Amino acid sequence: MTYIAKPKFQHPGLPKNDLGYTHRDYEGKVSTLCAGCGHDSITASIIEACYELSIEPHRVAKISGIGCSSKTPDYFLGNSHGFNSVHGRMPSVLTGANLANRDLIYLGVSGDGDSASIGFGQFAHSIRRGVNMTYIVENNGVYGLTKGQFSATADRGSKSKKGVMNTDNAIDLVAIALQLGATFVARSFSGDKTQLVPLIAAAIRHKGASFIDVISPCIAFNNHAGSTKSFDYVREHNDAVNRLDVITGRDPITVDYAPGSVQVVEQHDGTRLALRKIDADYDPNDRLAAMTFLQKHAAKGQVVTGLLYVDPDSEDMHAHLDTIERPLNTLDAGDLCPGTSALEKINASLR
Amino acid sequence: MSVQSPISSVNDFVVRFANVNGSGSASANELFARSILRHGVPVSPRNIFPSNIQGLPTWYEVRVTEDGHLGARGGVDMMVAMNPQTWDKDVASIEPGGYLFYDSTKPMPSSKFRADITVIGVPLTAITNSTYTDPRQRQLFKNIIYLGALCALLDMDPKLTEQLFSEQYKGKEKLLSSNVHALALGRDWALQNLKCPIGLRVKKADKVGDRIFMEGNSAAALGAVYGGATVCAWYPITPSSSVAEAFTSHCKKLRHDPETGKAKYAIVQGEDELASIGIVIGASWNGARAFTATSGPGISLMTEFIGLSYFAEIPAVIMNIQRAGPSTGMPTRTQQCDIIACAYASHGDTKHVLLFPEDPAEAFEFAAQSFDLAERLQTMIFLMLDLDIGMNHRLCRPLKWDDARQYDRGKVMTAEMLDEPGRDFGRYLDVDGDGIPYRTYPGTHPTKGSFFTRGTSRDRYARYSEEGAVYADNMQRLVRKFETAQDMVPRPLQANAAKPTKYGVIYFGSTSPAMDEAIGLLEARGHQLDRMRIRAFPFHSSVASFIADHDFVYVVEQNRDGQLRSLIVNENGIDPVRLVPILHYDGTPITARFIANAIGDHQDHLKVTPLRKAVS
Ligand SMILES: Cc1ncc(C[n+]2csc(CCOP(=O)(O)OP(=O)(O)O)c2C)c(N)n1
Ligand code: SF4
Repeated sequence: MTYIAKPKFQHPGLPKNDLGYTHRDYEGKVSTLCAGCGHDSITASIIEACYELSIEPHRVAKISGIGCSSKTPDYFLGNSHGFNSVHGRMPSVLTGANLANRDLIYLGVSGDGDSASIGFGQFAHSIRRGVNMTYIVENNGVYGLTKGQFSATADRGSKSKKGVMNTDNAIDLVAIALQLGATFVARSFSGDKTQLVPLIAAAIRHKGASFIDVISPCIAFNNHAGSTKSFDYVREHNDAVNRLDVITGRDPITVDYAPGSVQVVEQHDGTRLALRKIDADYDPNDRLAAMTFLQKHAAKGQVVTGLLYVDPDSEDMHAHLDTIERPLNTLDAGDLCPGTSALEKINASLR
Repeated sequence: MSVQSPISSVNDFVVRFANVNGSGSASANELFARSILRHGVPVSPRNIFPSNIQGLPTWYEVRVTEDGHLGARGGVDMMVAMNPQTWDKDVASIEPGGYLFYDSTKPMPSSKFRADITVIGVPLTAITNSTYTDPRQRQLFKNIIYLGALCALLDMDPKLTEQLFSEQYKGKEKLLSSNVHALALGRDWALQNLKCPIGLRVKKADKVGDRIFMEGNSAAALGAVYGGATVCAWYPITPSSSVAEAFTSHCKKLRHDPETGKAKYAIVQGEDELASIGIVIGASWNGARAFTATSGPGISLMTEFIGLSYFAEIPAVIMNIQRAGPSTGMPTRTQQCDIIACAYASHGDTKHVLLFPEDPAEAFEFAAQSFDLAERLQTMIFLMLDLDIGMNHRLCRPLKWDDARQYDRGKVMTAEMLDEPGRDFGRYLDVDGDGIPYRTYPGTHPTKGSFFTRGTSRDRYARYSEEGAVYADNMQRLVRKFETAQDMVPRPLQANAAKPTKYGVIYFGSTSPAMDEAIGLLEARGHQLDRMRIRAFPFHSSVASFIADHDFVYVVEQNRDGQLRSLIVNENGIDPVRLVPILHYDGTPITARFIANAIGDHQDHLKVTPLRKAVS
């Protein structure tokens, strides 16, 4: 059996969060991915972000497609319901789940093959519908699970492990998410936990479609010279526009307001995003500027990371559909069935 | 023009309207059918329309039938020929002694008529042009004017049509009076210039009772409302689009929170069928009742997800309004051709529950029931309609509901249940021996009851496993579950012939009214048949016994390959020779005449004593 449960033992001295949970409460099964796979680092960051936010693990629904990346929901939040759907179709399943119960937190985990090829349409449409979710693409530019074929995010001119040159243009999911109206768009690197953890935390707190593209090198098939998704390449070409602190309503607000270096964005739910800026003139509230900024840097061969765009006044799909506050899955016959008197009227109108 | 014995018939004839798509004739033609209903005379109308929005020919047929035969009859007694394009074909289709009604503004050469029919010319264009100046008005009122003329010709009570207008244009006085005026124009012209009434007549009767006149798609959508569906995701495709559209309009009227005005439902037009069924599966996994409506091509696209629903055991409802395939086939013509595709949809070993309603009333009931079944069985349920029921109005018994009815949410463990001492939760444990495991909704309990849903093989505790025995165990349980379904789905209905007989007939779905009528025709020819209407797959054990009790059984279907017959043979291990296929698949609804001829001819052959082999 390839299933490995983690031992239940917890050291009594482990630090606890506001809910009294330790890190272990946010873990899942032991990963069966290749040792050193970038996806495992993302798993660790998700665990850290949920721990820091003091989320009740069982209030998260984690949904994925098919691929190495899509396996990861098994490796975090062991007390949450998970769903490995079909290849590329995570977004629709997540959309449906969210329609049924708006009260849970939805984490969608996908791969670049999953989201940029077979699931490109579903990716796009879940974003444009404003589904309240955190959509993470673990982007390694390659199909890991089927062993090394180019994915649609592989850069033109980059080389496969076998030395084959990719001649197709790359799809930049961040650029597309911006264009489609995602209200929270970020890019990060699996090897940069300091940047990634607060980004995931902020995305979870964001109401609406949050998209994070995480460059996540594939040790087995895409970590060689000539790859533009390898650890070395990303470290050398990474240009971070900001670092993020997430301040939830519960905490005292003690941000460093040093002029020119911090910008505070307040979200609907009272969360504050303190952006410690590295790029002094970067404005994360300007969608158009974000798109231009991204393209300019891409042309220079730079991978821009950080929170690229956030709309503090975002709305989600339920607001668009004007659904009731109560989760639809809690409604029963008494709430839903119009009954015989209404049916009699309908019958009468059909004579 | 010489007229040969014009057809003379009261309350039993077929009028067909030949129009141009987009000319606004549809509502006038439907009004004609409704006016006859208001005389207490049953009608059975059918839309015959092309896969095109404007310009191509379209027909609307009204069978006036005091005897209440609701299947298509075949043949036309009176043609209202409003489409020059199809003139020759339309004239040719009139029964000998029948009637041709046409716009006589422009004279027609006599070669364009037939000697054995009665030709009735009304200068419709001339009348409209002299009354209206606006081109749209001219077009629309022309339809009402021919309606008025028909009222006079068929001796109908104009008050009843006016009554329908006043219901339709309640509070819109101007529209009401202009329509009443147009109706009178046509009627008066006919009374003054023609010999009214003709041989075909509508006479008041009391044969409609409390029956309602409804489309199957609208009824199925209403069933979804009553059955508690809160999520609908769909992608437009004829002939299923009106299910989602009707669900939307029913919900708008019936499903808003009185206090906040907010919606107690969510309807998403998906980007395609893949997304639609994905949304349905996600919503059902999370405990909402969800459905999609589609047709054959949509089913093809959904099959990967259908397999997931089967294997991961996620409830879902698909309403499949069948049309003629394969591929794009004849998108606006009817068939019952997705039986096999739905029964075994997806790859690997799968079997799905199918329900076959016969009319709108049953479409309503089965639609509501499909959500109970989906949740009880934790599987996909297919509601199998077709264009003939879905997009046509049919008379049926009034819709009924029991206010005491609660939804069967199936085996769902709550937090309290999970906390019961000694309780073991394994997502795929067969606790009750019926093959149906317990599930939990996401978010139920902080530490218990969570599991991973996946399309990959797993053990009874939902842990990924590729061990052969574990996989086989799971697959066996799914078979057990399907057997359990047999007693939960609607049972077949059986009716015995007046005299004992060795022969039986099996039929299903929209074939029903034609079959009812065919039985009478067959009896008249001296053939007795016991009959069974199948209402669901898996087949109830009575299907096999019914076949065993007869020398052989006819299986009537509207597809080329005898798909239901194949399914019966395959699932019940029956010798195919015992099942005689009666197949109708040209895209038009099956008629009693067709069934009676096909079965009757076969039965007649049986009566011929074979010649003894000559022995030399
Ligand atoms: C319909 C379908 N087609 C193909 C596959 C095979 N398949 C499984 S995973 C995968 C690609 C995975 O790539 P990616 O999403 O980038 O994830 P990674 O493994 O790189 O993390 C493919 C093509 C499948 N499971 N289903
Ligand atoms: S093949 Fe690549 S993506 Fe898959 S687990 Fe190994 S390193 Fe990770």
